[in-house]
Amino acid sequence: MSEVVTWIGSSLAVAGALAAIIGSLGVIRFPDFYTRTHAASITDTGAATLMILGLILISGWSVLALKLAIIWAFIMLTSPTAAHALTNAAYGAGERPQLGPWRLFDRDRKEAER
Amino acid sequence: MPSFATPLDANTIVDIALLAMLAVIVVAVARTRSLLTAIILTSVYSFISAVWLVVMDAADVSFTEAVVGAGVSTIIALGAILLTRSECSRIPWRETLLPLLLVTVTGGLLVYAALDLPSLGDPSAPANIYVGRLYLQHAEHDIGTPNIVTAVLSSYRGFDTLGETTVIFAAGLGVALLLGFGERALQDTPRPSMAKMAESGQHVVLRVSAKMLIPMISIYAFYVQFHGDLGPGGGFQAGVIMAVAIILHALVFGLQETMESIPPQLARGLSAFGVLLYAGVGVVNLTNGGNFLDYDHLFPRIFEEGLPDSHLVGGHHIWGQHFGILAIELGVFLTVASTMVTIFYAFAGRAPDLSPHGEG
Repeated sequence: MSEVVTWIGSSLAVAGALAAIIGSLGVIRFPDFYTRTHAASITDTGAATLMILGLILISGWSVLALKLAIIWAFIMLTSPTAAHALTNAAYGAGERPQLGPWRLFDRDRKEAER
Repeated sequence: MPSFATPLDANTIVDIALLAMLAVIVVAVARTRSLLTAIILTSVYSFISAVWLVVMDAADVSFTEAVVGAGVSTIIALGAILLTRSECSRIPWRETLLPLLLVTVTGGLLVYAALDLPSLGDPSAPANIYVGRLYLQHAEHDIGTPNIVTAVLSSYRGFDTLGETTVIFAAGLGVALLLGFGERALQDTPRPSMAKMAESGQHVVLRVSAKMLIPMISIYAFYVQFHGDLGPGGGFQAGVIMAVAIILHALVFGLQETMESIPPQLARGLSAFGVLLYAGVGVVNLTNGGNFLDYDHLFPRIFEEGLPDSHLVGGHHIWGQHFGILAIELGVFLTVASTMVTIFYAFAGRAPDLSPHGEG
C-alpha cells in the first residue's frame, strides 16, 4: 500500500517538473510580455502544487507533510500576487498586450529583426 | 587533495547543476548593460546559492543568504538605482583589459588555492580538529543548546559576534551619514492615505495579500529568533526577516505610512540599543567576576546556589548561558532589524517614486 502511495507521489512530482519545463518553454516562445508572464505564473503555481502534493504523499502522515502544506499555502498566496504586481506595473508603465492572430506578430517580429 | 574519481551520485549532479547555473548568471551579470537586469540576476544568484547551501547542510547560512542576499539587498539596490541611472554606459574595450587581467589572475589564484582545500566533511581538515572538535564535544555540556552553530556563534565566539553586530551598526551609520535618515519623506506633501487608496480600489490584490503576509512573516521572525537555540536561525536571520516584513509594508502601503508606525528615530535608536545590550551583557559578566561575555557569570554566585537541583545540567547551572544567549540574540535582532530598516528609509526617503502611488 505505502509503495503505491510513494509511486503516485513520485509521478505527481515528475508531473510538476514537466509543468515547470513547459512553463519555461512558454516564457521563451510566447510573443509578448503578458503571455510570457501568464506562462511563468500559471505553471509556476501549478508545478509547485503538483510537486508539494507528491512530496506530501511520499512523506506520509507527519509534521513534514504539515510543513509542506504551509509552504504550499504560502506559494499560492505569493506567486499569483507577484504575477499580478508585475503585469499591473507593466501596464502602468505603458506596455500594451499584442492582440490579433499569432501569425501576424510572428511576421512583424521577423520583419523587425531583419 | 580532492579525489576526482568520486562516483556521480545524485548529490554530485545537483551540485554540478546548481554551480553551473551560478556560473551562467555571473556571465550574464557581467554582460548586461541594464543595471536593473543585473540586480535581478544577482538576486537569482543569491537564491541559487541559498539552495546550494541547503544541499551542503548549512541551513543557518542558507537562511541568511536567502533573506539578505535575495531579499533586502535587492530592494536596497533597487532603491539605489532609482537615485541614479538604470543603464551603464558603454566602456571602450581598451579600458576593460586591466580589470580583465586582474580578475583572471585573482580567479586563477583562488582556483589554485581551492585545489589544496580539504574535501567536504574531511575529519582531518584543520576546521574539524583542534577547537572545532572541542566545541562539538563540549557544547552540549557547557552550553546546553542542541544547535551547536548557535553555541559557537553566541557563546564560544561571542566576542566575534559582538564585532559583527557592531559592523552592521556601523554600516547603517555610514549609509545614514551619506544619505540622511530619509526623514525628508515625512516632510513632503502628504500622499494619498490608505483610506483613499481603499476608496479608489488601487492595488487591492497587493494590499490584501500584504495584510495576510506581514503578520505571517513577523511571527516567523520571532519563531526563528526564539528557536535559534534548537534549530537553524538566530538573531541575524530573525532580524532580517523582521526587516523584510517592515519593508514589505513600506512597498505596498507607502513609505509615509510605515514611517508613522515605525518612526526613523525609533529605528536608529534601537539599532544602537542592540549593540549596547550585547556589550552590556559582557559588562555584567565582568562585574560578577567572570570574563567579558562569559555567561557562566551572568548571575551572581549566590543566586545560582539558591536554584533547585532540577536546573543542573551536566553538573553545573546553565541558566547563565541560557539567558546570556537569549539577551545577546535579542541585541543582535534589534540591531540587525532596525539597521536594515534605517538603511531602507535612507534610500527610499530620497526616491519618492518607490511608493506605489508615486507615478501610477
